[in-house]
Amino acid sequence: MEILNLKGTEDTPTIILDKKNGIFEISGRSLPEDSAEFYRPVIEWINSYAKEANASTDFVFKLEYFNTASSKLILDVLSALEEIKGMKISWYFHDDDEDMEEAGQEFSELVEIPFEFKTY
Amino acid sequence: MNYIYDLHRTMMAEKLILVYEGDFTQETTKSILSMAERNLDSSGEESGIKRKVFNVMVEALQNIVKHSSEQGLQAGSLISRSAIFLISKDDSRYCVMTGNPIQKDKVSRLKQNLEELNSKDKEGLKEMYKEIIKNTQISEKGGAGLGFVDMARKSGEKLEFIFANMDETHDFFCLKINISREKE
Repeated sequence: MEILNLKGTEDTPTIILDKKNGIFEISGRSLPEDSAEFYRPVIEWINSYAKEANASTDFVFKLEYFNTASSKLILDVLSALEEIKGMKISWYFHDDDEDMEEAGQEFSELVEIPFEFKTY
Repeated sequence: MNYIYDLHRTMMAEKLILVYEGDFTQETTKSILSMAERNLDSSGEESGIKRKVFNVMVEALQNIVKHSSEQGLQAGSLISRSAIFLISKDDSRYCVMTGNPIQKDKVSRLKQNLEELNSKDKEGLKEMYKEIIKNTQISEKGGAGLGFVDMARKSGEKLEFIFANMDETHDFFCLKINISREKE
């Protein structure tokens, strides 16, 4: 599978989806003008990956900040990941960022995927 | 030219640290955010409060961007698309404030939404957020319908708002979101 590699900007996150090396990560800031358009290739990639997924996948979210339009799309990403066997989410937050921790907890209540919470 | 001094005095008296008036786009949003962020960084604000202010600013600014594009659809309208964005800071809190024209026929629904938000406690807002995120679709304007709920959650205080009369068809919607600088 092709690697999806999007370099982060001041309003979009860094995204690396690399099946071969087992790297699946969304990190940085997400407040794009058009969140649906920005996340479309990500969801498409995940849907293709679902057909030939690795035995286990550790999907990393290491977000510093996201706006509400992105939060809806993050839920869409998680819903796509929910279909994949052996899926695990690693949700990172700054150790003093309660809002990001709580956001992760809320997402974990909305989908049936195990979440692991980690600070950085 | 006295208004220059008047404006300066108003800004000092109201403890305004940033005022932007004009057209709002994603590009202006990014510039305003980076200016405000530099200001917060150089003042050495505590990171948790900094994040909350940033968060509220983003939602407030993107609300105006979405709303002013809607105003633009009215060809030949005398109502300016121009809106205003302000931040003030004193010892106890930051206030993020916005003002923009809104069609009068949309006022009652918006007022009702904001009053409903203000009637909810922390748990109530959380439930509301989860309910909306599960069921919402991203609108053509790119909104998820979560902006006000999120601002209310990050603020932890009631949203303050007024609708000032502009003309027969429009009001000027003024919104104020407070973020306490005191630790909980």
